Amino acid sequence: MKQVLTGNEAAAIAAKLARVKVISAYPITPQTAIVEKLAEFVANGELDAEFMKVESEHSAMSACIGAAAVGARAFTATSSQGLMLMSEMLYIAAGLRLPIVMANANRALSAPLNIWCDQQDSMAVRDSGWVQLYCEDNQEILDSILQAYRVAEELMLPVMVCFDGYILSHTAEPVDVPEQEEVDDFLPPYRPRHPLDPAMPVTMGPVGVPEYYQEIRYMLHEAVRAARDKIVEVDREYGKRFGRRYGLVECYRSDDAEIILLTLGSLSGTAKDLIDRSRKRGERVGLVRVRAYRPFPREVLVKALEHAKVVAVLEKDISLGWAGALFADVSCALANVEGAPLLMNFICGLGGRDVSPLQIREALRAAARAAEVGEVKRPVRWLGLREKLVGLGI
Amino acid sequence: MIEVRFHGRGGQGAVTAARLLVEAAFLEGKYGQAFPFFGAERRGAPIVAFARIDDKPIRTRTQVYEPSHVVVLDPTLLEVTNVAAGLKAGGIVVVNAKEAPTGLPAGRLAVVDATGIALETLGAPITNTAILGALARATKLVSLDSLVRAVGNYFGDKLAEKNIAAVRVAYERTKLL
Amino acid sequence: MVEGDILKIIAGAVITEPGNTAQTETGSWRNFRPVIDEAKCTGCGMCWMFCPEPAISKGKPARVDYRYCKGCGICANECPFKAITMVPEGRD
Repeated sequence: MKQVLTGNEAAAIAAKLARVKVISAYPITPQTAIVEKLAEFVANGELDAEFMKVESEHSAMSACIGAAAVGARAFTATSSQGLMLMSEMLYIAAGLRLPIVMANANRALSAPLNIWCDQQDSMAVRDSGWVQLYCEDNQEILDSILQAYRVAEELMLPVMVCFDGYILSHTAEPVDVPEQEEVDDFLPPYRPRHPLDPAMPVTMGPVGVPEYYQEIRYMLHEAVRAARDKIVEVDREYGKRFGRRYGLVECYRSDDAEIILLTLGSLSGTAKDLIDRSRKRGERVGLVRVRAYRPFPREVLVKALEHAKVVAVLEKDISLGWAGALFADVSCALANVEGAPLLMNFICGLGGRDVSPLQIREALRAAARAAEVGEVKRPVRWLGLREKLVGLGI
Repeated sequence: MIEVRFHGRGGQGAVTAARLLVEAAFLEGKYGQAFPFFGAERRGAPIVAFARIDDKPIRTRTQVYEPSHVVVLDPTLLEVTNVAAGLKAGGIVVVNAKEAPTGLPAGRLAVVDATGIALETLGAPITNTAILGALARATKLVSLDSLVRAVGNYFGDKLAEKNIAAVRVAYERTKLL
Repeated sequence: MVEGDILKIIAGAVITEPGNTAQTETGSWRNFRPVIDEAKCTGCGMCWMFCPEPAISKGKPARVDYRYCKGCGICANECPFKAITMVPEGRD
């Protein structure tokens, strides 16, 4: 049934539909409404789950690890500083191969303190072994969380479903909410292979001595890589059942495009509207949106981008002193590809700065100029920077 | 696509007003998007919320810079904010005020004493549902019936009754200038 | 998990055979061996409690399992009755 829901509400409803057994979380803006809603579901009996109130995000993830280890379907949600505090446990969850699903409402990192959206938080933990999916709208948040449990439990990997704080978390829009029975058919109960069980004791988290550690890391790496096929397989089945599919990347009017915008998350929607307007003027522009960021979908991306003249990567994060994370990754993916397109990077929307159509237009224009002259002089640029504010002694 | 900007003060329910407008449009089979201006909202501080309504799915996610209509939930905001900034030609400004404020374009102005109506019907100066009645009357963006249904769905029984009354009374008393 | 002669790692490095540390006979690491003076031993169990391996069984006198005793000397240090002496290996 269609309802008007915020992104946070969609995430909470998805966790409820997934019949999570343990929710452990610590409140942080802009995620808080997710776990508030889940606490309400547990309190009024709509959801049969243990809601664990903990003293920090570090403990929240620790509790999820324990819950998943004994075989309970675990869920948590966080943002920004909370994700940073959790980061030690993120690596452990992945290393122990525990299929925890987490919603991350993307928010900038301190300092300075900023509660608004950018994607620096989840980018900072992209190497933790978690699968990362980035959503464009509230429908995709709900669908991705349901898909995430299938991917997670079939590959024994944790999955982070990322969506832009406020821009999605606090925006209300129509979302199709599937029936519980349909979700139950799609998502069977979690059956761990080697749970912590006194009747069948196992050792979890032993020392990985130098003779074994590298192989254990290789196995984790291969599992995350295997998530590429698993995400596609689960998404295809989801599409058959619910009529919505997303894939690893979304290609929008990009087949014959000379200039392609490469995006992550909610700014893709604004950019698509702009692409439509540019197409009406006869400009050959398109958009490719990365949905699965880890594992990085190299093959499909190369195929989607290789015929373009210029690819402009728009992203709300930066690896300080270098470039945006997505830009660095796509550059790496296109290394050794003959006739690969020119690449440009546009850093935008940091700390809640609105990414306006005007800014995206500016990126398109710069990309068109690069396409004309056939070279990129300044690969990394900032959009919407108020240069007159930049002080001395930067 | 219709874009509406709501000006209010923290606690008056501007964010809920935007959402209820979208809920009402949704009941009429339209697509919508309601969101706050993402600030550090505190009670009393000037705040802004937005709503978009369209016949097709809405993908754009920027703030609204050129609203089709503007709603002002608190008359004191007129002195501190240019509420008509960016207003599209033909756009209507719906103001909560006892009397028509000066300095706003006549012919596209709707005035209602939403505070008075809220005190009368809810017993609290929360003006969002009353002003929505005025917005529906002035702009015909959504029907009174859809608005009443949306408000009914959103609030619990007792609160729904009072808020529906606020919507209806405001709808009747709105003056189009 | 062992397949043939090869130990295969299970995802997440889970070890599914409980008690498999007994397969490692740490007694071969020992330089000094604890020798218990049966006359002085009261069977208090302090050495048993402190042995990290654990390679001591409680009793009067306590007994050391030399297959696992690493020779760390904690038992000798903790014994309240000075009943345990650490003797260099190879000089009985």
